[in-house]
Amino acid sequence: MEGTETTPRTIASRIKGIRDAISGFFLMLYRIYAFVLRFFKEVFLPPYEFKEVVRQCYETGVRSFTLITLTGFIIGVIFTKQSRPSLTDFGATSWLPSLVSIAIMKALAPLVTALIAAGKVGSSIGAELGSMRVTEQIDAMEVSGTKPFKFLVCTRVIATTFTIPLLATYVALIALFGGYLNIAQNEGTSYSTFIEQAFEPITFVDIWASLAKAVVFGFTIGIVGCYQGYNSTKGTEGVGKAANGAVVTAMFLVFIEEVLIVQIAGWFR
Amino acid sequence: MEKQKANIDLNNEVIRIRGLQKSFGDYHVLRGIDLDLYQGENLVVLGRSGTGKSVLIKLISGMLYPDTGTINVLGNELTGITEKEMEALRIRIGFSFQNSALYDSMTVRKNLEFPLVRNRKGITRKEIDTNVHSVLDAVGLSQTINQMPSELSGGQRKRIGIARTLILNPEIMLYDEPTAGLDPITCIEINELINEVQQRYNTSSIIITHDLTCAKMVGDRVAMLLDGQFQRVGSFDEVFATDDARVKPFYDYNFVE
Ligand SMILES: Nc1ncnc2c1ncn2[C@@H]1O[C@H](COP(=O)(O)OP(=O)(O)O)[C@@H](O)[C@H]1O
Ligand SMILES: [Mg+2]
Repeated sequence: MEGTETTPRTIASRIKGIRDAISGFFLMLYRIYAFVLRFFKEVFLPPYEFKEVVRQCYETGVRSFTLITLTGFIIGVIFTKQSRPSLTDFGATSWLPSLVSIAIMKALAPLVTALIAAGKVGSSIGAELGSMRVTEQIDAMEVSGTKPFKFLVCTRVIATTFTIPLLATYVALIALFGGYLNIAQNEGTSYSTFIEQAFEPITFVDIWASLAKAVVFGFTIGIVGCYQGYNSTKGTEGVGKAANGAVVTAMFLVFIEEVLIVQIAGWFR
Repeated sequence: MEKQKANIDLNNEVIRIRGLQKSFGDYHVLRGIDLDLYQGENLVVLGRSGTGKSVLIKLISGMLYPDTGTINVLGNELTGITEKEMEALRIRIGFSFQNSALYDSMTVRKNLEFPLVRNRKGITRKEIDTNVHSVLDAVGLSQTINQMPSELSGGQRKRIGIARTLILNPEIMLYDEPTAGLDPITCIEINELINEVQQRYNTSSIIITHDLTCAKMVGDRVAMLLDGQFQRVGSFDEVFATDDARVKPFYDYNFVE
């Protein structure tokens, strides 16, 4: 095979490949942006599809509940356990509740929830809408008097935007509980003392920033999942691509948003 | 198996297309389509894969927009129609999709209810049930009411797909390759269903196919799509009474003698 040699030609074609990938990525970002605009154009117009929104909220919660509970709890325990030795070195184990709570509330809870939801909810939205697109179910809806963008996309995006902050709050509580169990066992700290110490360093700005993050993450996961599925290409491999694309793109955007929001929240302190 | 005489009103064109053109990028799919569909008639559109048959009926149902030309459906010019008018028009047109397009997260009952519940505000439970049973009976599949689409055979899915469009009492039916991928006996059953629908619901239909048995069984008139235009339109026998090298192989392949 010629392709295995590193001739100037193959290097040139590789560079071209990378360039195409990068421009393709920015093109996709632009298209997602257009999709977001369309969402805001349509979401405020009737019909509001309340029933479907409620159903989608339920789906979002159910799909990720078990995994999120488990992960939240384990993160709480592990983070506490791993942080203890460094604090012991300074004789500062009494700071453990505050440290754990800062880490969980400010960073871990929204991020972990978003990453899990991207994997569970984002991918299933991508696959679901992708297969509806490929098998013409979306077209069938359109010709029978239901606006598919409203009925399928708006409802799911509203659902993830609303549900993921709730899930993130839940993860924070479960993780704190995990941390408390570990601390109670090792340091014998009482429940009330733990709570007092855990919430002492947390300000309202922190809580709002975390919730805002979760809202943005939820919106991102919903939009990206819907975008990938709704614009999925024909053929069965289109469905797999949509599901995969939903996870990868959503995770990438979540990380970028995390950095941006931390910056912005910093200006308010 | 011969087709019953249909009740066609030649003075009443439910669809009238003139000079219709549609391209995708460089690919000029439809290059000047003229077509009339008369009230009560079954018009079969024949053509090879990729000639733009599906594009044509998607243009008629407003899923795609023409580059040039006019489409008049039930007295409405599609160019310049408002979105509201288009929505109202769409539910007067039934669209049977090539792969049935059943909502696979819903039971057969929910599939059939969906268009009704969505379009007839304030409809009672009793009316919904009556309608669901009536169309299920029309396609002969009452026993499948609680099944999921994945549990149905290809032919059954087709029938449910047709039932789902019938539930809104459409005046026009558009069938996209109704017999594609079905065994010969099921094909004949679907063709009979298409004729029954024509009689029972008094619809005017466009049936897209490349199955000549289907064309012969259901078509009051046949139109052959070649190179983006209807080159031959008429009765089945008229259309194939030619030595045109683009038409003959079609016939020879379907009826090897
Ligand atoms: N939405 C679209 N975007 C781009 N190309 C399309 C689209 N729909 C159809 N085409 C192209 O138009 C041609 C005709 O398609 P179609 O009408 O589906 O063929 P058929 O006659 O087999 O039903 C095909 O080559 C297809 O690739
Ligand atoms: Mg087709």
